[in-house]
This record gives sequence, structure tokens and C-alpha cells, in this order.
Amino acid sequence: MRQVSTPLVATRARRDVATVRQDFPVLSGTANGRPLVYLDNAATSQKPRAVIESLVRFYQTENANIHRGVHELSQRATLAYEAARAKLQRFLNAGDPHEVIFVRGATEAINLVASSFGRIRFRPGDEVVVSAMEHHSNLVPWQIACEIAGARLRVIPMSDAGELDLDALRDMLGDRTRLVAVVHVSNSLGTINPVTEIVRMAHDAGAPVLVDGAQAAPHMPIDVQELDADFYALSGHKMFGPTGIGVLYGKAKLLEAMPPYQGGGEMIRSVTFEKTTYAPLPAKFEAGTPHIAGAIGLGAAVDYLRGLSWEWIQHHEHDLLEYATEQLRFVPGLRIVGTAARKAAVISFVLEGVHAHDIGTILDQSGIAIRTGHHCTQPVMDRLGIPATARASFAFYNTREEVDALVRGVQEVRAVFG
Amino acid sequence: MVDLRELYQQVVLDHNRSPRNFKQLPNANRTAEGTNPLCGDQITLYLVVTNDVIEDVGFQGAGCAISQASASLMTAAVKGKTKTEADALFHAFHAMVTGGPNGAIDEKALGKLAALSGVRQFPVRVKCANLPWHTLHEALAGSGDTVSTEEGGSDTPDDPDRR
Repeated sequence: MRQVSTPLVATRARRDVATVRQDFPVLSGTANGRPLVYLDNAATSQKPRAVIESLVRFYQTENANIHRGVHELSQRATLAYEAARAKLQRFLNAGDPHEVIFVRGATEAINLVASSFGRIRFRPGDEVVVSAMEHHSNLVPWQIACEIAGARLRVIPMSDAGELDLDALRDMLGDRTRLVAVVHVSNSLGTINPVTEIVRMAHDAGAPVLVDGAQAAPHMPIDVQELDADFYALSGHKMFGPTGIGVLYGKAKLLEAMPPYQGGGEMIRSVTFEKTTYAPLPAKFEAGTPHIAGAIGLGAAVDYLRGLSWEWIQHHEHDLLEYATEQLRFVPGLRIVGTAARKAAVISFVLEGVHAHDIGTILDQSGIAIRTGHHCTQPVMDRLGIPATARASFAFYNTREEVDALVRGVQEVRAVFG
Repeated sequence: MVDLRELYQQVVLDHNRSPRNFKQLPNANRTAEGTNPLCGDQITLYLVVTNDVIEDVGFQGAGCAISQASASLMTAAVKGKTKTEADALFHAFHAMVTGGPNGAIDEKALGKLAALSGVRQFPVRVKCANLPWHTLHEALAGSGDTVSTEEGGSDTPDDPDRR
């Protein structure tokens, strides 16, 4: 992450946080009668007013089905939906809007590729590579696709700190490798993986790469062309947009060669009982009426992010990460899980003698929302020999004062459990 | 705000720290495994049942303080009881933890199990407390399946987990 450390910028950053927080109505609310301290951003992010209002505006003034009505309202809805696609194209720096497929979320994006790409490319004896720190959403679809094809799943190991072993990856890449699927930022450890390098290595072996970017998009600018990723998956709700909407970016050449994922309306060119031909991209992969309002809301989220500066976001989140890491170390018996050199603002931790679930309940009584459990990364927990962690995950609207509240809360846990 | 000390009473913390009957029983004739997939609570229950009497009981597991203390308290409570008596305890316990913040507590029937009464003020923790009991139920029914808190409708409708 880039760092800016002049006092001037730091001062401005603090002022900006106060302003930015006013854009998120939920942040001024309470939980269990205490001011809400929302540190569960890796589960889902909060929504700025601009996103909430875009949904209301759509349903109040533009609601119609898209791509089929001759009437004015349908045309307006279609324009708004396609404008959202263009916004996501710019957000990802995709080469063409047709490379942006609207889906339900990163999970559906990955299932789409596993199912469709897997059907034409995976054969018995082939290999699909994932990493040891995948969310279940970037693991189970590949297990299913491998099972169907008789292919084999291989796993890039990771260190105790939560960093991938790229030498091991180099050894496992070969002419049987059909695809590498890897997470950009780990949801349970915070590790920022060197995806550019992974993509280069995979491409050298002739394998395309799917990057699960669900946890990267809220924290850093994404440039799919610079990454040279073949597929990139996003979840709208993790990047300040609505739930139920996400994006699959895919290189046009690959998407064009892939069969449809689901059949239905919208995705066809012509249908007879004898033969059906499919629509071109992106409609081929958008069967049925999509989440029109959600796509427009995600477009609004991307617009909102454009109004902030990535430099400021990264500087501020890095400050929160460093500060929280330093402060939590003072709590006796607390151990941070995931200590990679490059981390997003995610802190998983365990407390000696106290299960994560109990930490979560006690913090909740102070209005502090964190996630506890295995974070849909059971293999990560198994690898590190722990049943669960407590996880505080930050967004740009969090503050140092909220870190202080977290630390006080964890100290209270210590006091309860002795 | 609810008092955390009501949930984490000394008895609960003590049974979490030093669980009773925390052992595998080599001569068990009934066993069952219970898991709470959402948070990773897990227990394995071992029973020696003769003529409908629970002669011995042991458990092993890992998880939150509530699930582990509940398992420990349960084993102490059901040892030596008949299946019918254990069932009655299960119903009394279940009624206590799912009865809502002001629900009645049958302290006479529950004895030390009443230490978990604080759970009724923490709806999301109800299934932690219930896990060992559902596992016991399964072990006594003898199907030998793994019990999961995410399957079936074993909790009553007033269990907020099921809403």
C-alpha cells in the first residue's frame, strides 16, 4: 500500500473521516443502546446515502423491465442499467463494457466460470489450482467442477503468517493446469496476495486466472488489464453497494468461447424447439430479469468511491490497521492471526482461553460489531490449528476512536473470563 | 443493556475452564456428535445406558464457553438418571433458554443447570446452550447421526434462531 506520512495529509484525513461518516446513515445509530461501532466490513459494508437514494429514485421514477419494452420507462431503465455497466467497466478498467457481466455476487461469478468454463475445459486428469486461503466461495465451485470432470484440485500452501508459497505454485503449474483461482485479499487473514505475479506465472504455464476480488474492491483501485486477470469477481455489498448484485469481469475472448451458464429470457437470440441461438455478450450470461435496481445502486457506489481518493482511503486504512495492531498487542493473551507483510485493514485474533464466539457476544454488548467463527474459510482455520477467530475488519469510515472502543471491549472480555 | 455476568456466571466459567466428565468412554454403547457449523462448536457425547438408565456419560469437544459449560453441566445432571428423567430435564432446560428474557425458570427441576438461565437474554447463543442437549437426545434415540444446529426443526418456534 502506498503511504503518505506528512502531518498535513494526516490532519486532513481525520477531518475527512468525520465528513465521510455523515454519508452513511447507519453509522450514527446504536446497537444494544450504545453508539454503533461497526467493524464487520468484510462481511458486508455499510451503504452511503447516495446508494440508498439511487434505489429509491429508480423504483420511484424509472422502474420497468429492461431491453424489451418499447415504452419510455423501459428505455430509461435500460439506459440506467447499461450506464451502471459502463461505470463498473471504468471502475475495473475493463477494455469493453461487454466484459462486465452482472451477477448476484462474487459467489455467482465464480460458479458461472466454474460451471461454464469448466464444462468446456476441464477433462479427466486436468488440474485446477486454488490457494490455501480461499473463501469457500472460491473453493467449493471448483471442487464441484473437478468432480464433474474428473479433474484434480491442487492447493497453493501458505505460511503461518498467511503468505502464499509461490515456489510451490511454480512447481505445481504445468501442462495439466487448466485454471488458477486465487483470492486477491483474504477475508479471514487480510493478506494482499501478489496477484500480478501469480497471473504472470500462470500465464507462463498457459493457464488462465480467476481472481476473487470481493475483499479487494473496497480497499484499493483495481485494474484488470494491468493485472492481466482473465476473470475477476466482485460482490456489490462488500463495496458499499446493495446486496444481491455483483460483477464477473471476463476477457471477451474467453467469455465468447464459453457456453451459457443459465438459460432463459434475455440471453437468447432466437428460440425454436429445434434450436436456440444465444445472444452476444453480456446478455448471454444474464438470463432472466436481472437485479436492475441493484446494478444501478452498485453504479452509485462506484460513483461514490470515485468522489473519494484511493490515496486517502489507503492511507487512512493503513493507519487504522497499524494502530489497531499495536493497541491490541497490549491485551494479555491476544494473538493476531494473519501477519503478512502486505495486509488490508483486517485483523483476525484469538484470545487465550476464550472462544471467539464469547468475544463477539461481549463486544456486542458494547455496541461493537465484529465477526466471529471460521469466516467461511475452514481450511484456513484447520491449517492454523484454530477453531475460529474474532475478526475486526475496517472500512475508510472507521476511526481511531473505534479502535480504542474495540481494545476496551477486548479488555472487558479478559476481565469477564479472568 | 443486559448484564454480561448473568450470561457468564461463575458456574458457567468454572465448567468451561474445568469441564466435568470430559473424557471418552471406551465402554460407551451410545455415542452422538453435535456440531454448530456457523460458529464451529463441536461435541462428541458418550453414554453407557443400561436398562434405560444413563449409568455413565462423557463428552469431548471444543467451542464457546456456553456450549462447553452446557455440555459439562448436562453430563453432571443426567448421570444416573433414567431416559425419561433426562428427557424431562431436556424439556425444562429448553423451556428456560427459549422462554425469552422474562421466562419462568424451574430452579427446583433444573438445579445447577439454572446457571445457564442468562442465555435466554442472548437469542443468538441459545443454540450454543442447546447443542449438547440435542446431541444427548440423538444419542438416546440411537440413530447415531451427527446433530447439526442448522438442520431440522428441533428448536421450538420461540427459538429466535429459527425465525
